[in-house]
Amino acid sequence: MSDAPVLEVNDLSMVFGGLRAVDNVSLNIKKGEIVALIGPNGAGKTTFFNCITGVYIPTHGEVKINTSEGSAVLNGLKPNVINEKGLARTFQNIRLFSNMTVLENVMIGRHQSLKSGILSSVLRTKKNRIEEQKVIDDSYEILRKIGLEMYVNELACNLPYGAQRRLEIARAMATNPFLLLLDEPAAGMNPQETNDLVELIERLRKEEDITILLIEHDMSLVMTLSERIYVVDYGKMIATGTPEEIKNNKEVIKAYLGEDIDA
Amino acid sequence: MITIKDLKKAFLNALWFIFLTFPIMVMKVNTINDTLIWRWMNMLYIGVAAFVFTLLGKIYTVRKANRSEIVKPSLIQIVNSKMENKKVRYSSLAAVVAIVILYPFLMSMYQTSIMTTALMYVVLGLGLNIVVGFGGLLHLGYAAFYAVGAYTYGLLFYHFGLNFWLCLPIGAVFSALFGIILGFPILRLRGDYLAIVTLAFGEIVRLVLENWNEFSFGPSGIANIARPMIFGQKLKLAQVTNFTYFIAVGLTILTIIVIRRMESSKMGRAWEAMREDEIACQAMGIDITKAKLTAFSMGAVWAGIMGVLFAAKTTFINPASFTTWESIVILCVVVIGGMGSIPGVIAGALIFILTPEYLRAFSQYRMLIFGIALVVMMIFRPGGIIPKIRRSYQFAADKEETQEVEA
Repeated sequence: MSDAPVLEVNDLSMVFGGLRAVDNVSLNIKKGEIVALIGPNGAGKTTFFNCITGVYIPTHGEVKINTSEGSAVLNGLKPNVINEKGLARTFQNIRLFSNMTVLENVMIGRHQSLKSGILSSVLRTKKNRIEEQKVIDDSYEILRKIGLEMYVNELACNLPYGAQRRLEIARAMATNPFLLLLDEPAAGMNPQETNDLVELIERLRKEEDITILLIEHDMSLVMTLSERIYVVDYGKMIATGTPEEIKNNKEVIKAYLGEDIDA
Repeated sequence: MITIKDLKKAFLNALWFIFLTFPIMVMKVNTINDTLIWRWMNMLYIGVAAFVFTLLGKIYTVRKANRSEIVKPSLIQIVNSKMENKKVRYSSLAAVVAIVILYPFLMSMYQTSIMTTALMYVVLGLGLNIVVGFGGLLHLGYAAFYAVGAYTYGLLFYHFGLNFWLCLPIGAVFSALFGIILGFPILRLRGDYLAIVTLAFGEIVRLVLENWNEFSFGPSGIANIARPMIFGQKLKLAQVTNFTYFIAVGLTILTIIVIRRMESSKMGRAWEAMREDEIACQAMGIDITKAKLTAFSMGAVWAGIMGVLFAAKTTFINPASFTTWESIVILCVVVIGGMGSIPGVIAGALIFILTPEYLRAFSQYRMLIFGIALVVMMIFRPGGIIPKIRRSYQFAADKEETQEVEA
């Protein structure tokens, strides 16, 4: 059981009209790993993410998860169902609930774990009150772990940029995932904020027993954090390996820097 | 402080207002002699007034900008801080309760009747607030649900003689069903497209009621609907007016409690998340289909209930009562009061419905005043009369830490 990869993507393709945004990409992630997906702009990384999380339905291929509750195929499921299965994501361009407070943003993440229906919340049954209080406490606890507790009652849109990125992670963590998909978590951060982020991601993996797949352009972050790297270009997987291997891979250098005429 | 540029702008403003108000302020038709009277002096007054007001507005904004560093607490904040004192809170609550109870006995029947209407709009506004304020779904056909409620009672009474109290929940259920029926086709729409479809839905319901004679008796409507009764007793007109008023009060209180609780529940948070960002909302595990359908049906319920009350209050219904204009009025109540804000919507409904009644003398200019009020509101208070204040939470750990810092 422990050998089976938690996320298994086989021959995934996504075609928009004549454009093959993702072309036969396969990928495996083992439990507890931090894996990075890199590639030049427009390589299809975010499309790949959207296929896994149900925003798009892939044209071809299979997305499969293996957890302690058994394995399941995620193709064609709705985003909220996929989230329920234990995959949580953040967004490249921040998509917080801007006019809600920081705590409420995290409380939304706990939505799935709440059982009470409309009627019991209108009647304020005892069970419902206990549940609501628990949501508030749990959410605050998550904020404390991520280090955002000083912003509890602030509106999400009033937070500094780095804090907004962290709040996205907090909100995703609130859904209680086993796999966290981070789409450019360090985009637009200053070096200090990036360092904090690296520390946060490592801490999350250790303390929360979580597997992480991230897309990132910040190479220093990718090289320090990830254990394995997948490289895509024009929708195709061109290389895979440890950070060291990727650094010296000719294909990768070609994709990023272009071909050397003399070579 | 005032530059040539400002003067020029004020002058242009004056010209624009003269042009705008020319047909109503300058021209007047004398219907007896069939002549047109030109009131040129009015043109001058309007020009001067517009000029002066533009300059005053300019001075005001400049001053406001200069002292922007000192943030004065708004009226609402002052009221809120006063309310934290228990004595003040309970005594003001007692005063409100006393006024509400004594109102029909101190005021004339006419006053009681318009207050009942205003309270009905409070409930309608609160209902639409679920869809527009919480869910962020622009709904221009809300009067259709109102009509569903009214016709449920009207028809059930006409054919089967069912009484008011029995029809109240039936109207609510039918209306909620219509909410779901409307909800399905528009699941994938948002913004302008949603507004157009809801507008069309409202018109479809009205046109069906107007043209399907066998079912709804067409434009002539249904007359002689029974007023609300207590234990099967028929009441006199004065008594029944007071009784209807108290029913409206009761339903208003019920609505406020239920909607407040919905707002701070799981579903309420899901609605707000849906308004903020649908994709993120789904990625966080919220079923958007369910959230939209519940928003529509829970919003429609209140319109259905008020429809039943409306039919019972006026004893006569026909499709002319449920036009698009009706939907717009309810939408205005929500927007002017403050989208998503329960006290705002209550204030909005009372002001929006009662003011025209008291200002009957100016009824000719009602639409003009409404228009101006809307524009002014949107410029100076875009959040509404009482904007929504988000709930804030206190945590023990929070306080301890701040104390540590201080020490």
